[in-house]
Amino acid sequence: MIVKLLSGDTPRSPVLAVILLAILVALAFAPFLFPGVRSVDTAARICIFIVLVASYDLMLGYGGIVSFAHTMFFGMGAYGVALASTHMGRGFDAVAVGALSGALLAAAIAFLIGLFSLRVRAIFFAMITLAVASAVAVLVSQLSGLTGGEDGLSFQTPRALTPAFRFGDELFGVRLNGRLLAYYLIFGVSLILFLLMLRVVNSPFGRVLQAIRENDFRAEAIGYRVVGYRVTVTCLSAFIAALAGALYAIWLRYVGPDTVLSFDIMVDILLMVVIGGMGTMYGAVIGAALLVLAQNYLQALMGMAAGAVAGLPVLPELMNADRWLLWLGVLFVLSIYFFPTGIVGRLRQRRQGRAAQGR
Amino acid sequence: MSDPMLRLSGVYTDIAQYHILQGVNFDVPRGQVTMLLGRNGVGKTTSLRTIMGHWRARAGQILLDGQDIAALPTPAIARLGVGYVPENMGIFSDLTVEENMILAASSGPLDRTRLDWLFSVFPPLQTFWKGHAGNLSGGQKQMLSIARAMVEERRLYLIDEPTKGLAPAIVSTMAGALRQLKDQGASILLVEQNFSVARALGDSAVVMDDGRVVWTGAMAELAGDAALQERLMGLSMEAGH
Repeated sequence: MIVKLLSGDTPRSPVLAVILLAILVALAFAPFLFPGVRSVDTAARICIFIVLVASYDLMLGYGGIVSFAHTMFFGMGAYGVALASTHMGRGFDAVAVGALSGALLAAAIAFLIGLFSLRVRAIFFAMITLAVASAVAVLVSQLSGLTGGEDGLSFQTPRALTPAFRFGDELFGVRLNGRLLAYYLIFGVSLILFLLMLRVVNSPFGRVLQAIRENDFRAEAIGYRVVGYRVTVTCLSAFIAALAGALYAIWLRYVGPDTVLSFDIMVDILLMVVIGGMGTMYGAVIGAALLVLAQNYLQALMGMAAGAVAGLPVLPELMNADRWLLWLGVLFVLSIYFFPTGIVGRLRQRRQGRAAQGR
Repeated sequence: MSDPMLRLSGVYTDIAQYHILQGVNFDVPRGQVTMLLGRNGVGKTTSLRTIMGHWRARAGQILLDGQDIAALPTPAIARLGVGYVPENMGIFSDLTVEENMILAASSGPLDRTRLDWLFSVFPPLQTFWKGHAGNLSGGQKQMLSIARAMVEERRLYLIDEPTKGLAPAIVSTMAGALRQLKDQGASILLVEQNFSVARALGDSAVVMDDGRVVWTGAMAELAGDAALQERLMGLSMEAGH
């Protein structure tokens, strides 16, 4: 049953299976295990970034396509929900229309970019996506009448997803309100989208993508239209990234250029894919969980560490909470050094190595 | 005599500023093995790649069963029934042996009878069926590469140096597989440097030099004439065999 749910793509490493299970349990029961606004907010961001990073991995790890426009697609979904909710009024219909419109627009733009640039070398596609993403970010900032410009848009989500909505008293000390529903909406949709992507990469379509990534001429020589497959996966990836953006907008009830279109998000996505492990899907789970946790808690952790070593020379300065970005950078360098194929790749290699030794 | 399965007429191919094929003409008769021979760098691999549409012919006709395929894209040529085994094998290392074979059977699911035949010809493929192709040995990778082309009945097989760099035992397995394919009546265009394999399999031979065809005829005639070999290819292929 579980193997079927995972489309036959099991973790293939006991350590990896335990880590993934721990993340799944932590996310599934986050509001009860880690009560508090900040921790639930972190859990929701992890869910959303898992989907966003997995959708990028679909394109980069499986299709071998480098894109810098993923944040743009993410932003389209987010702005779709924001604009629909602003103009149609709060309600699930506005959320659905906005999410779907944003996702379809993202797929359409991905189709156009892909059709014109995926015929040529991959570097041109990367450059074109960078140019288009920058242009869209500027456009969103300039069209302040529609998008709210630099200030962004605050909007109302359906009443059932707001803290004011109550559907009971308390369960294990947690208030049963719309915020809890919003979290589980995000968790559920993220889980479904992730399993769907797992199904895609393990389908015949996914196998052809992997073949194209490895040797595109050979894939053509056995009858597969490389451009068609590349354009399709780009559109699918953009569509799902936009849905992740829609979830983010629902959670934040706000969209702005810095929040959903910033190039910093693109860098985060790249880091999450590389640290987790490209072409593995599960790498997205590990990479997103690790990076979002580090971004949210490393600073506090370092503050505590600095307090603990207060009497010692040099160490309190090194552990100063203001230096958290430095340590985040050191962690990235170390993880790339020790896990060049990503954490998932490394764990699976260890397993394969042991199996080979035991043969 | 029936029309050939493949006919190249006045094919010119340029790669960047280099004129690699300069008016190539030859036929691959139906149900026969045609050996494409010549020294290194004379245009044999380019000829196969031009037929597959990877390099676009600047001029000339490439007729597959009477249909001009010179302007068709590579996937369309493959779907017309041309099986291609490139020199560098081109297996998909990240996929399993099974997945490699499934991908190659582009017209539908794997045919069990044909698969059993392939397992009998290349037993390691059955042994490592669920294993990653990247973990296979060099010889096993070549077996997989050829088996992929043979997984479906093709109108034409283009095979580029299948025994290159392989151990003698594997060469004999390869030759046996190609012999069985030939006995099934397949049309094959084979580039091969191993003369004993070429002589055993070839019905006719096409010798190239400097981007042109310099000799065509029966393989037996070429095999029996050391002076002709010396003149056409600069060496006698009888030497050492």
